[in-house]
Amino acid sequence: MTKRIVGPFNRVEGDLEVHLDIEDDHVKSARVNSPLFRGFEQILQGKDPMDALVYAPRICGICSVSQSVAAAYALAKAQGVTMPENGELATNLILANENIADHFTHFYLFFMPDFAREVYAQESWYESVTKRFKAVTGTASKDALPARTEFLHIMGILAGKWPHSLAIQPGGTTRAIEAQERVRIAAILAQFRRYLETTLFGDQLETIIALKDNDQLKAWANEAPAETSDFRLFLHIADSLDLDKLGRSVDSFMSYGVYSRDGSQLFNRGLWKDGIHALNIEDITEDLSHSWMSGNDEPQHPYTGITMPDINIVEAYSWCKAPRLDGQVVEVGALARQQVNGHPLIRALVEESGGNVRNRVIARLLEIALVLVEMENWCRHLKPKEIFCNHAVMPEVTQGYGLVEAARGSLGHWLTVKQERINNYQIIAPTTWNFSPRDSNGIPGALEQALVNAPVRNGEKDPVSVQHIVRSFDPCMVCTVH
Amino acid sequence: MNKPFNVLWLQSGGCGGCSMSLLCAESPDLISTFELANINLLWHPSFSEASGVEFVDLLQSIINGDTQLDALCLEGSAMRGPDGTGRFHMLSGTDKSMMHWLQDLSQHARYTLAMGSCAAFGGITAAGNNPGDACGLQFEGTHPGGILGAEYLSTAGLPVINVAGCPTHPNWITETLMMLADGQFSSDDIDQYQRPRMYADHLVHHGCPKNEFYEFKASAEKPSDLGCLMENMGCLGTQAHADCNTRLWNGDGSCLRGGYACINCTAPEFEEPGHAFSKTPKIAGIPIGLPTDMPKAWFVALASLSKAATPKRLRENAVSDHVVVSPSTRSRSTEKK
Repeated sequence: MTKRIVGPFNRVEGDLEVHLDIEDDHVKSARVNSPLFRGFEQILQGKDPMDALVYAPRICGICSVSQSVAAAYALAKAQGVTMPENGELATNLILANENIADHFTHFYLFFMPDFAREVYAQESWYESVTKRFKAVTGTASKDALPARTEFLHIMGILAGKWPHSLAIQPGGTTRAIEAQERVRIAAILAQFRRYLETTLFGDQLETIIALKDNDQLKAWANEAPAETSDFRLFLHIADSLDLDKLGRSVDSFMSYGVYSRDGSQLFNRGLWKDGIHALNIEDITEDLSHSWMSGNDEPQHPYTGITMPDINIVEAYSWCKAPRLDGQVVEVGALARQQVNGHPLIRALVEESGGNVRNRVIARLLEIALVLVEMENWCRHLKPKEIFCNHAVMPEVTQGYGLVEAARGSLGHWLTVKQERINNYQIIAPTTWNFSPRDSNGIPGALEQALVNAPVRNGEKDPVSVQHIVRSFDPCMVCTVH
Repeated sequence: MNKPFNVLWLQSGGCGGCSMSLLCAESPDLISTFELANINLLWHPSFSEASGVEFVDLLQSIINGDTQLDALCLEGSAMRGPDGTGRFHMLSGTDKSMMHWLQDLSQHARYTLAMGSCAAFGGITAAGNNPGDACGLQFEGTHPGGILGAEYLSTAGLPVINVAGCPTHPNWITETLMMLADGQFSSDDIDQYQRPRMYADHLVHHGCPKNEFYEFKASAEKPSDLGCLMENMGCLGTQAHADCNTRLWNGDGSCLRGGYACINCTAPEFEEPGHAFSKTPKIAGIPIGLPTDMPKAWFVALASLSKAATPKRLRENAVSDHVVVSPSTRSRSTEKK
């Protein structure tokens, strides 16, 4: 058995270190360390509750809007205010703009460049992948980056800027747009659709959305050469490297649900564990047994949890706490969201091979198509002459929680207010779930389990299979510990 | 071709938002900008292929003098805690804190740049009780010092260049790097807080879409109102050093264009304004913070005069989220009357 420390990882958001025990040619066990602590939960203590709208997005530059939305929802519950229809639509558009841009960035900049590594030089697809996806020099960075930038012009119209906008409020948004701005947004969406249909998918979004199972997916992939679309090229690589057998985790999937409109959600809330279940958020706790955190002996619900760093905890190996749902490990992200919501293709792929590297990437790309079509719909329903924001006052003593789905999964904020000040603020981010350390029962987190049995090639210092598995979760480490 | 201008970009106690912002560079796009300006990214956490061992080898080769480092860029605060050890941020795989890596690497950099307000001054990460003992490279809030010390000069003889902002604008970064690569940047080009004057010599107030409301003190009272955000909503645009309303963000945006207050994010200690961000502190009904370079007596006199003269159109539009009263149009026939 050999021990190896892998890190720093780049092309993940923030800092990450993975400790591996390697036996023969595979990983026997893994410990995941989030090596950066900043302390937002302490920073927020004692502040005016509305200041959370300034601090929370700055937890993370890539999930900035998701953090804003979670804070705004928590404040809305605390105030007892709801958004008018325009406010909901604008919030959904801003959030979707970030989430889709994040999926897109992940695929082009973070995930695919690993297949242009020297280790794959003998593969039949190596030349085309290198030409397209090689970090910095590949053609993808020349066309995908400008496409992303143009797509994020929606932020300039609806949210002032990205990241770190103050446009999202508990009662709606600060920017009531006019008719000419609505058609501009529609035009930007149409332009981005064109990129997706010509370059990412090489087919209509509706065709991708309509795929129902692995046979249909394979048939679609084989309709044209792999080089005709970035998605086809990925499916070709996934097939040749058996990415559907890499990085399987717990196969329990959680989603808070997201994109609220008129009392319902576009993607439903729920838990998948050998079937669909209602999600009871009262069952969420955080365990500190392997974190450099002192305080509670028993795992706490976030309303009562505290964040007190302590470098002297002997058992600890990460700044990350270990969130659990009814004591269980769950996986979150696009795959979990679509599994819970019941997209036929995802349900079929998970039925066949569970949560794995290939399925996580497919779910993300599918979601780009699904959500873009919905953005077009939301945009059509904006009513330029009507209000975008309701208003309310903050009670002296109150509490509230905000649940949202960021690109990388379930994000929750829990807030209590006393004497008009923040008394406690606890955050559980998507990668806190996925990259959690062990809990007091010694059960490893979702990534730690996914890394077990990852193959290690002869002489590899930074095993490429570990790189793929880690990045398949699209980790956001700055959110994880915050 | 001349030797490329080698840039190394590291992240520490921040959110990665300045990198995400950087990816939105335009005219030309980021990759083209670097290519055309002969800027070579030695490593950036979001773009580069190299990971783990290859990356640590690169840092070592800079310290050994085998790789030239033209610009050392830090995004995020330097983390000194706990107890000065730097252990709140160990550079993965090295058993050495990022703070110590930065102190070593900065001795080999022709220029050292703080990308964003965290790296410049401590920023958001230093807010509240500053749990991470975060600070900037050469400042702790408004005080010179930081982890490199007030006397630090990079090998080209410049102090740390603070491309402050939360986040920083993508083109503040690209233009600063292009000027450095071109040899067109000197100590005259930075202000008191070592920010590039090309944007810090402007005020956010310049080009503000709410300027007519400002002139007549027709003020917003709640989020989404069209009026000026200075009197009630905490806006610091008349004091904030940046060109946000003339340069614009993500196409046509800016904080003010988005309908919310400027929080002066390019300034040291913006993270602790001493009041709620979106509420203007006042004494006897008069906002405490005055516009930059404006004598107080004049401001009070002009404000009360202009308030008395506020047209109905501005008074009503200021508290609406859409234009409810249009500007009147003078036809020739009415002019004759």
